[in-house]
Amino acid sequence: MLVSYKWLQEYVDLSGVSAEELGEKITKSGIEVEGVETLNEGLRGVVVGHVLECEKHPNAEKLNKTLVDIGAEEPVQIICGAPNVAKGQKVAVATVGAVLPGNFKIKKAKLRGEVSNGMICSLQELGIEAKLVAKEYSEGIFVFPEDTEVGQDALALLGRDDQILELGLTPNRADCLSMLGVGYEVGAILGKDVKLPEPAPTTASEKAADYIKVNVEAKEDNPLYVAKVIKNVKIGPSPLWMQSRLMAAGIRPHNNVVDITNYILLEYGQPLHAFDYDLLGSKEILVRRAKQGEEITTLDDAKRTLSEDHLVITNGTDPVALAGVMGGANSEVNADTTTVLLESAYFTGPVIRKSSKDHGLRSEASARYEKGVDPERVHPAAERAAELMAKYAGGEVLEGSVVADTLSVEPAVVSVTLEKINRVIGAEVSMQQVEDIFAKLKFESTVDNDTITVTVPTRRGDITIEEDLIEEVARLYGYDNVPKTLPIGASTPGKLSEYQQKRRLVRRFLEGAGLYQAVTYSLTSKDKATQYALEKRDPVELAMPMSEDRSLLRLSIVPQLLEVLKYNLARQTDSMAVYETGAVFLKQDGEDLPLEEEHLAAAVTGLWENHQWQGEKKPVDFYVVKGILEGMFAKLGLEDKIAFAAAEKDGMHPGRTAEVSLNGEVIGFVGQVHPTVQKDLDLKETYVFELNLKAVLEAGTEPLQYQAIPRYPSITRDIALVVDKNKTAAELQNIIVEVGGKLLKDVYVFDLYEGERMEEGKKSIAFSLKYFDPEKTLTDEDIAKTHEKVLKAVEEQAGATLRG
Amino acid sequence: MQERLKELQAEALEKVAQAADLKELNDIRVSYLGKKGPITEVLKGMGKLSPEERPKMGALANEVRDMISGAIEEKQITLEKAAVEKKLAAEKIDVTLPGRPVSEGNHHPLTRIIEEIEDLFIGMGYTVAEGPEVEKDYYNFEALNLPKGHPARDMQDSFYITEEILLRTHTSPVQARTMEARNGKGPVKIICPGKVYRRDNDDATHSHQFTQIEGLVIDENIRLSDLKGTLDVFAKKMFGADREIRLRPSFFPFTEPSVEMDISCKMCGGKGCGTCKGTGWIEILGAGMVHPNVLEMAGYDSKKYTGFAFGMGPERIAMLKYGVDDIRHFYTNDIRFLKQFSVTE
Repeated sequence: MLVSYKWLQEYVDLSGVSAEELGEKITKSGIEVEGVETLNEGLRGVVVGHVLECEKHPNAEKLNKTLVDIGAEEPVQIICGAPNVAKGQKVAVATVGAVLPGNFKIKKAKLRGEVSNGMICSLQELGIEAKLVAKEYSEGIFVFPEDTEVGQDALALLGRDDQILELGLTPNRADCLSMLGVGYEVGAILGKDVKLPEPAPTTASEKAADYIKVNVEAKEDNPLYVAKVIKNVKIGPSPLWMQSRLMAAGIRPHNNVVDITNYILLEYGQPLHAFDYDLLGSKEILVRRAKQGEEITTLDDAKRTLSEDHLVITNGTDPVALAGVMGGANSEVNADTTTVLLESAYFTGPVIRKSSKDHGLRSEASARYEKGVDPERVHPAAERAAELMAKYAGGEVLEGSVVADTLSVEPAVVSVTLEKINRVIGAEVSMQQVEDIFAKLKFESTVDNDTITVTVPTRRGDITIEEDLIEEVARLYGYDNVPKTLPIGASTPGKLSEYQQKRRLVRRFLEGAGLYQAVTYSLTSKDKATQYALEKRDPVELAMPMSEDRSLLRLSIVPQLLEVLKYNLARQTDSMAVYETGAVFLKQDGEDLPLEEEHLAAAVTGLWENHQWQGEKKPVDFYVVKGILEGMFAKLGLEDKIAFAAAEKDGMHPGRTAEVSLNGEVIGFVGQVHPTVQKDLDLKETYVFELNLKAVLEAGTEPLQYQAIPRYPSITRDIALVVDKNKTAAELQNIIVEVGGKLLKDVYVFDLYEGERMEEGKKSIAFSLKYFDPEKTLTDEDIAKTHEKVLKAVEEQAGATLRG
Repeated sequence: MQERLKELQAEALEKVAQAADLKELNDIRVSYLGKKGPITEVLKGMGKLSPEERPKMGALANEVRDMISGAIEEKQITLEKAAVEKKLAAEKIDVTLPGRPVSEGNHHPLTRIIEEIEDLFIGMGYTVAEGPEVEKDYYNFEALNLPKGHPARDMQDSFYITEEILLRTHTSPVQARTMEARNGKGPVKIICPGKVYRRDNDDATHSHQFTQIEGLVIDENIRLSDLKGTLDVFAKKMFGADREIRLRPSFFPFTEPSVEMDISCKMCGGKGCGTCKGTGWIEILGAGMVHPNVLEMAGYDSKKYTGFAFGMGPERIAMLKYGVDDIRHFYTNDIRFLKQFSVTE
């Protein structure tokens, strides 16, 4: 809502409060003022001029040479390019020295050899938005009424010496979609009275009831309909001040009758509609739901097909307006209109919202009906409009209104105790203060001991329960006056859950290992949704996606991270390591909600180690990424519960991929992205993993137990085993560990040889075995037996021979 | 014999003095003092001497031996020192060359903000509650006083999967679920961080996916002043101790009264500037006292219990705090963006 500071003064005394101060006060106590705009900011030197002479420019087809009286001693010559400039007009002249929007300074100039002492202005040139300029002036200069005094400040005359407060209204404050509503709000804030207009149109002897009958069939949608008839109107421009106010509020002027309906809409918040009575084609108004397939052409010349969801005003048979949204073209007020049928009605929100939405048509009227108008303003608004039509359109208002009224409105009566008010706010407000606040709001209240009972005017439909009253007290008491306290009560231990703590540990570990955390979108395309999924499931699909790319919920994170790598690689990054933790979504049969599983994924490409001037460069490989996982599992105390096994997976390198299992259950995979996928995405060698993080974090761990520091030395035996190429290190190690028993403290691979010195199909793999006894110093004899058994076992079970 | 010894001594001392390195010195040691050395050789002729002369000559021989070995020892120290110095000189490096980089990653700026806020509220006795991102309409809207047909829950604004299931549009459903799970008993003190989704076209200020952190406190006698005090602690921790807060009335269906919290503008100190659009204040979050309908729907007696709730956007906070100018940066994961958040403030 755009509120004119000058107009507002008609309802509330604003003396001593500047527009900026008022904006600040309104913001602090209820409605956010998003800006205060000074309309003539930076503009000066524009006066009303009288075009004394106007002839074609001798050297330019499209220019005119005019002589303009600007109230100075001598008239001045001005060259004007506007097509509609003519002798005798009163116009806005930017004189030499004037400044127009954009800091455009007017100087004496020569145009095609002719001197021009200024510029005759269009409204657009004076800073008014083109869409707000009345149609007749939209392509040229603006023309003032004939009787306008020459030499006066044209900007003031156009109401540009004003400031506009832009109110950002929350949906509950529809009452402030009117000047009167804002008047009440400002009156309450400043503690001032509100002056209401008191419409009292003088009426003709003829009765409106003799001209029109009103029937409402759809009583639920339209419980109150008021019709008035104004005869003998003369259609013409509305007064300049009214046009100015409309433009300042963002409404384009049309003619006096239409402008008056819009003016009342702004003043009362009550939408009105003016029909050309003679074009109605009947003496009847019937309000009903539209018939399926019924059509209407609205004022914007659009043909609209209606349904039973929409409410229409008809002449008994055909629609003449889409109720509460827009009038029909067939009954539009036009230059020849002489009798106006004025509608002031109360339509309920839902039906108007439906119409407005279905037809993609939001009007000033529909916006107000959707949020609810004040039923008590339906009659006064009609009277006020009729009065103005008599005054500014020369009309005769027929006696009485024709009314269909099934509306029962009772103002809400709400009680609250002072104790509750203070208990919720946490301040010490007195009953006197509370009473004063409601008095300022012009709400009637009575006090009985500790309880105040408030009768809420219908204009404030947002107030229905005691909390609403408390809010009114709080905001007018002032949030600045509310003390700052902290909750008192039973203390609650603040902590992360074990799961949350471990998740942070995982993140910190990965970051310490060199990975950056990424956050990507959960919504993805059909192709990517199921790629690299740990489990084959149908993806969850949106009912109405905004785009194909964001139409399904992901089942895995890896595809998103590959996109991240692709993006960065295209931007001069060669090496990159990212990880993400986040939910993936698995459809569940028989369940409303999908299963949300937290996953951990990573993608690494390029150089893993790179010490530039020392020339050390090591690209990432499988074992780098596996090492990160092993380190992470060790940190979580899960190293003994995790196993890696060769696996094949779509989109992964068949020889460089392992599945990861936890306690025997597969929980993820790690490996190189398949070279064809790499190529498709313009990636170089890239390694990824994805794990069910939830399973990892929820896996039970052993309690931490101190192990005695060894007091005796251990004995190490290194063995190089020659085995078939396809024997895995894990197979051999498992045999060694099993046979090594208690004495074998540790075993690890320290060498791998697959070179040409080996027999075809064989490789050599070397283990270091550490034997240890916590009770004594071992001798070679102590371990000889066990070591022999180990060698025998690997030979028997894995065909391993000791490398000579 | 005596002369021969003296001669050997002079000769050896001369050689020691001339020795250029430790090897040469060692050769001298071996050649003069070794078992086959000239002194031993000379002493072999002792048998020819008279018994009176033998001890004298023996003493002399020892004296010569000591002299030589003493000289060798001294020379050795000198040579060793020189050798060390030479080695050190040869080992000199350019200490201004860059060190070996320790490549550490870092968490995402949103995680950075979220964890900072989590830790702050954990310190004030809150726990961190989480919930599903795909939600039932009931928890996302109805339980929060947004019944069906409410204008604020237009189909156009949310990603629905079925009529009853949607991607949550805020983290408030976690509050509804938490309250429900507590069976109408207090106290509740939680914050709920998480991803949320709205039908917005992605641009510099909108993202169809973003994050939220909401807080909820329910107990007997929770007051608006407690909300103000809590938010003041939060604002000063997140934005600086010199920041002031103000509450402004606002509207949310799930709180009554509802407020919006502004902080004084850092750029101008509250005087008004471009950053704060001349107001001196910057909008940070929405909050309010939990609406009695919300309490009752979750099984709380709204006569006995009151509560406050607040909700904020980590993206907005990060944008304000770090001056990020485009919300899409948070989801593009440009490494040049991510790397900037490694530094501790």
